[in-house]
Amino acid sequence: MESYLIVILVGLLIGFVDRWVMLRNDYRHYPTYPHGHLTHLTMGFIAAGLGAMVVPAISKPDYVAVTFLALAAQQFRDVRNMERESLGKLDDNKLVERGNDYIEGIAKVFEARNYLCMITAFISSLVTQIWSWPLGIVAGLICILFSLKMMAGRQLGELIEVNSGKLHFNGSLLMVDDVVIMNVGLPATRQKILAEGLGIVIHPKNDDARMTLDNIGQRMAIIYDVVSILGTKIEINETELYPMARKHPDKGYLVFFIVPNEPDMESLIEIVKKVPLLESAQGIGLSSLAGRKAAD
Amino acid sequence: MNETALTHCILAAVCLEPEKVCGACPIFIAASQEEQQKTSLLLARILGGIVHDLENGVFIIVKH
Repeated sequence: MESYLIVILVGLLIGFVDRWVMLRNDYRHYPTYPHGHLTHLTMGFIAAGLGAMVVPAISKPDYVAVTFLALAAQQFRDVRNMERESLGKLDDNKLVERGNDYIEGIAKVFEARNYLCMITAFISSLVTQIWSWPLGIVAGLICILFSLKMMAGRQLGELIEVNSGKLHFNGSLLMVDDVVIMNVGLPATRQKILAEGLGIVIHPKNDDARMTLDNIGQRMAIIYDVVSILGTKIEINETELYPMARKHPDKGYLVFFIVPNEPDMESLIEIVKKVPLLESAQGIGLSSLAGRKAAD
Repeated sequence: MNETALTHCILAAVCLEPEKVCGACPIFIAASQEEQQKTSLLLARILGGIVHDLENGVFIIVKH
């Protein structure tokens, strides 16, 4: 028993630290609640425990235990459902919604983190079993760095260029540069928009990026991230100031309009560049032969 | 809470010239531009909609 104690402890410890580090590196604004942190740390601890038990179970050998571990690992599939349901319900009471694509992205990432945590615990306990515990910890630290790299995710800034745009009215049509956003009827609202609103133009760098910007879920993610940091002046039943993103149908760029609480153009551009690139929104047309031919 | 609302249809029209509008939605006639703007604003706040300007002297209220 004692010979396996150190193997399990190293795996458990490294796996737990892995989950903790990934939690700190989390998506903005989630989970902000202390109970959310606790839930995920506990799940991480259990995942690390499962990962750490594999090596002793095989070396004993106790193959029934290994089968049960596989069964237990299946429980982590529920993490995704839990996140999806919880975020979906919270979304109903938000002035500006995250949207299903963003929620699905977050839920997937949360599930994947538990598996990474399990793999890290497994590898570090395996190395401890074969060689020694200091080597096990070193292997674990390498795995943690690897998990951080895996989970960092891509940002929209890699695919786009963001410039400030000119907010103006053409008759009753609100426009950013040459793209129509919406029709605004009341002169008082128009003045407020011109005085306090911000407009930006998001240029895609290639055809894949253009497809990504076409995705409604990705646009909602942009709007949500901006609103959650700069704030917005919309109120229930007063939706004239709702932030919007509209594309130029021919040129493919996206314009974005918002009336924020903090009208800071530099921050706005910075936030948009750091919006996570949603997996479900990624354009991959250029990876196919027909797509590359069509793009000529 | 489940909320049922009429969306994407014209909830009301506020106009300066009565002959410009007809149809099934409530139509309000205003005597001046100021009255038109004020009535539209009040209707928008009551109905939870947005005021749109058709640029021919007719304002419509639409909930999106």
